[in-house]
Amino acid sequence: MKSLVIDFRRLISRDNNIAQLIAMTIAIFVIMAALNPDKFLRYYNFESIAYLFPELGVLSIAMLVAMLTGGIDLSVIGIANLSGILAGLFFHGMITPAEVAAGGGLPVVLVGIVLALAIGLAAGALNGFLITRLRVTPILATLGTGQIFAGIALVLTGGPAIVGFPAAWDFIGNGKILGLATPFVVFLGVATAMAFVLSRTTFGVNLMLIGTNPKAAVFAGLKKGQMIFYGYMTTGLLASIAGILLSGRTNAAKSDYGTSYLLQAILIAVLGGTNPAGGKGTVAGVSIAVIALMLLSSGFQILRFSNHLIDFIWGAFLLLVIVINAYKYRVRS
Amino acid sequence: MTIFRRSEVIIATILLLAMIAIGLVNPAFWQLDNMFSLLRSNVVIGIMALGVLIVMLSGGFDVSFPAFAVAAMYLTVKGMLYFGYVGIALPFLVAVVIGILCGCLNGFFVYKFRMVPLIVTLGTGSMVRGFLLGVVGTSMINIDRFPPVLIEFAKTELFSLTRADGSHSGLTAMVLVYFGLALAVHLMLRYTMIGRSIYALGGGAEAANRVGFNLKKTIFFIYCTAGALAGFAGMLHCSMIWLANPRDFVGMDLEVIAAVVLGGASIFGGRGSVLGTMLGVFMLVMVQNSLIIMKVDTTWQLVVVGIIIVLATVATAWRDRKRQA
Amino acid sequence: MSDAFIELCNIEKHFAGVHALNDVSLAIRPGEIHCLAGENGSGKSTVIKIMSGVYRPDGGTIRIDGQPVHKLTPIESIARGVQVIYQDFSLFGNLTVAENLALNTELRAGRHLINWGSVRRLARRALDELGVDIDPEADVETLPTAGKQLVAIARALMSDARLLIMDEPTTALTRKEVETLFSIVRDIQRRGIAILFVSHKMREMLEISERITVIRNGRKVAEGPTGDFNEGLIIRHMTGHDISAETYHWTPPPGPLPPPRLEIRGLTLADSFTDLALAIHPGEIVGLSGLLGSGRTEVALALFGMEPDYQGEILIDGAPARLNTVQDAIATGIAYVPEDRLSEGLFLTQSINRNILATSYDTIARHTVIDRAKAATMTAEMIANLQVATPTGEKLVSELSGGNQQRVVLARWLLTQARVLVLNGPTVGVDVGSKAAIHRIIRDLAVNHGLAVLMISDDVLELVENCNRIVLMHRGRFVEECDTAVINEEDISEKLKSFR
Repeated sequence: MKSLVIDFRRLISRDNNIAQLIAMTIAIFVIMAALNPDKFLRYYNFESIAYLFPELGVLSIAMLVAMLTGGIDLSVIGIANLSGILAGLFFHGMITPAEVAAGGGLPVVLVGIVLALAIGLAAGALNGFLITRLRVTPILATLGTGQIFAGIALVLTGGPAIVGFPAAWDFIGNGKILGLATPFVVFLGVATAMAFVLSRTTFGVNLMLIGTNPKAAVFAGLKKGQMIFYGYMTTGLLASIAGILLSGRTNAAKSDYGTSYLLQAILIAVLGGTNPAGGKGTVAGVSIAVIALMLLSSGFQILRFSNHLIDFIWGAFLLLVIVINAYKYRVRS
Repeated sequence: MTIFRRSEVIIATILLLAMIAIGLVNPAFWQLDNMFSLLRSNVVIGIMALGVLIVMLSGGFDVSFPAFAVAAMYLTVKGMLYFGYVGIALPFLVAVVIGILCGCLNGFFVYKFRMVPLIVTLGTGSMVRGFLLGVVGTSMINIDRFPPVLIEFAKTELFSLTRADGSHSGLTAMVLVYFGLALAVHLMLRYTMIGRSIYALGGGAEAANRVGFNLKKTIFFIYCTAGALAGFAGMLHCSMIWLANPRDFVGMDLEVIAAVVLGGASIFGGRGSVLGTMLGVFMLVMVQNSLIIMKVDTTWQLVVVGIIIVLATVATAWRDRKRQA
Repeated sequence: MSDAFIELCNIEKHFAGVHALNDVSLAIRPGEIHCLAGENGSGKSTVIKIMSGVYRPDGGTIRIDGQPVHKLTPIESIARGVQVIYQDFSLFGNLTVAENLALNTELRAGRHLINWGSVRRLARRALDELGVDIDPEADVETLPTAGKQLVAIARALMSDARLLIMDEPTTALTRKEVETLFSIVRDIQRRGIAILFVSHKMREMLEISERITVIRNGRKVAEGPTGDFNEGLIIRHMTGHDISAETYHWTPPPGPLPPPRLEIRGLTLADSFTDLALAIHPGEIVGLSGLLGSGRTEVALALFGMEPDYQGEILIDGAPARLNTVQDAIATGIAYVPEDRLSEGLFLTQSINRNILATSYDTIARHTVIDRAKAATMTAEMIANLQVATPTGEKLVSELSGGNQQRVVLARWLLTQARVLVLNGPTVGVDVGSKAAIHRIIRDLAVNHGLAVLMISDDVLELVENCNRIVLMHRGRFVEECDTAVINEEDISEKLKSFR
């Protein structure tokens, strides 16, 4: 525990980016609270945020990993949906509707989870293969595979959503563990694990070094291709986790869910201090960013802003972030 | 230049082979009806692809054009209904102007802050779409209320035949509009300084600056033109389908970009041609069309398109491998 | 020097606390081939930028044709005939040769439309004047580096140039291409155009230039006709260090010799080198040098596993090793400190610690989790041993001086328990004090840790001082071996000259 605390302090002092993010989050909180004192500050509001943001948070971390090596993954939504759909089809095949209603065996659900994660790994491996072996640039590769994944999802479902997930699955999206929303607990687990992987394992440090200077990475004996490959597999795995959360919460899986999440995940990653060119980015930053933007969203929703207007605000926010980043870099150089 | 020609010849050959193959599987492909329908489907995507090509030549990636197209189209048609305006020249002009204004936004952020165009256009596209749906409205304007003058315009045909059984098929004159715009863009790219500056920018921004190009002018020109083309395409689209739906064009960015890449444009910038893009668009539309003819389930369309994108990008990567190092 | 075309008189230039140029005077006569010699960081790029109007001097005057010029801008300097060809040539790879040549002219004429006929004519004329045979319709990126350089020169000459400044022109050329370049340069000279070569590649500069000016740490330290200089003298001026009497000696240990630490037999790589043979024993520091294009960098890359198509044998401690990947080389105990520290050696935006540990993470991790205590002790030890001047290992490497950066790279390789150390230009761009320190470190590694060292360098002084043997390479072959106990740097320079 102690080392985590020390880490945190070092993180703040070295890179005041995190401090700025925390300040911004607090500012948003205060403003939103001031605008809607009764509705915003209700426990119910924060509770529902805790159920909503984890899937986006996990997707943003997935995007972070892809960006660390200077790439990007536009297929994360496709992977997420495909994972949910395949799990759903598996459940339909394995258990009867009556069993579903009765609660569904836990082991079946576990198999479903494993299946979904396996899809994520496989999809990520495909991306990794295209990018490292065939040397396709990440934007194009994931653009294409994203289409393929969404397409396969569409073929499998025939169009409408797959419903009727077992109760245990629903628990993942809507239940509570120790008084905290299950998705929130999952997010905490994922974030902690990824933070650990990125800063304390050879894999994570390799990704950072490769993103910083791919040429020097080769000269330093790093297995650049292999590491990037594993990186995209990780992104795929995280995307499938998000897919599990999403279908758990909505108790349904569809081929075109969450399309707006793509832009948001990129925005959150960049806002959280990730350099799209590679070599820089932290889980802490991304986590704070997702919470900040969720508070913003929630506040605007309470103000009865339509979803479309919120899209507008996200877009404007992204541009704002760009402007701020540009000034920061100019000041530094 | 020689490489250009070679690239387009390869694409044209592949296209021809594909057409022959599809025709063998289902001879209905070659029927005049189908051909006309195919060409017609090319028009809107093709005009948008021209805009995407211009941006890609400069080394940028534009995903905002569907939003701009839909915004220009919806606002214009709404305006026509509100003012009870009858005529075609002005609405198209207005749509183009709206597109240009949106494009200016892109140009501003790309030039002033030198930010990655992909991220800038993600932001502006989302802003425009959000604004349109959130502030202006989400209701469709369907054929009952749609300005008849637009419908009439889009119905113009180059030539038509009425068969003995009374059925009618014709080649829409909109194809001429498309070809005309394509020619204009080609002439601009090939014979004007500003067109060459786009290629130069794609070849290297630093060098372009040193040679003496006014990069501010170039960047704004690029994004405003792309916006104008998007706006025009949007108007044409609604005129052709007699429907103005503000939720239209979602997800179209990927298709159009795929078509442009299929047509030989390099994602790193500096390489690509109007002819190649037109061939790429034709190929994409043809694949979608042939899936329908072959009675393949529409759900498979995405998969097929995705696979084609992947194959095309692998081929492109193989060709561009020298530049990557 | 009133007959000079361009003169810099007592130029001063400061950048945020750094005194980049200190009382620098330089004169170039019309039609003169002049060389500005200096190491990286000596101030030579600043001189170029002042001559071309990119920077404004903080003190002193610039004269052109005897008249002082105030506030020289890039456009004005081009108008006056100063053309700079940078190392990257500033060409558009995706456009044709013809277009690259004609673009600037067309732009200056204020045209809005392109007339391809006039473009072709302009290009043809420019190429013919230069006497080069390049297809104007070819895309520039398909040309070899030498071809691109010729296009860049042709373009520079199109606008009434009176001085052509070339920044490190010979870096990526083969010997033959260098000869072509030089004959073109002499042609240009005959037309009354002066040429300023800015370079640290002394051998080639001695061949072509008529006058040499040496700059070090922002000051002019020597100047005169080329005949007054030889390689050793220039290097001494560039680096500022005097040759010490002692050279490095190696005596074989008593008793029967164990197999050499590094041995290569019949090493061949198509288009790079042929049939190389060499044996290096622990404790030896063997130098390797040659003219441009001799293949010396390729030898290093092959030893480091970056040229898997080599033929022949490489033996480490008598055991044959097949080096197909960098990982193979590292596993066999070979370490390589590359030429270009900044782009090939370091992760500039990462900490010193990370840079040092980069290659060794696998060894300090259990199941991929890094042992941080071990990492901390290892890096602290390295920083202390190599005396990297930094208060903490968390500092970013980009904030270190060249000498300290090089120490970080060395530290990285020391951690890998390397047995063979290959160095390529180990003290390029490093200040004099650090040079000596780094040489000490290398010697210590050889003597006390028994490493076999192969040192590739263009600095003859460095080799003579620090190696017990020097191997000379020419056109892909080892052609001579010299014992530093009996030969000095002048002799070696003479030998190299004789290779042309």
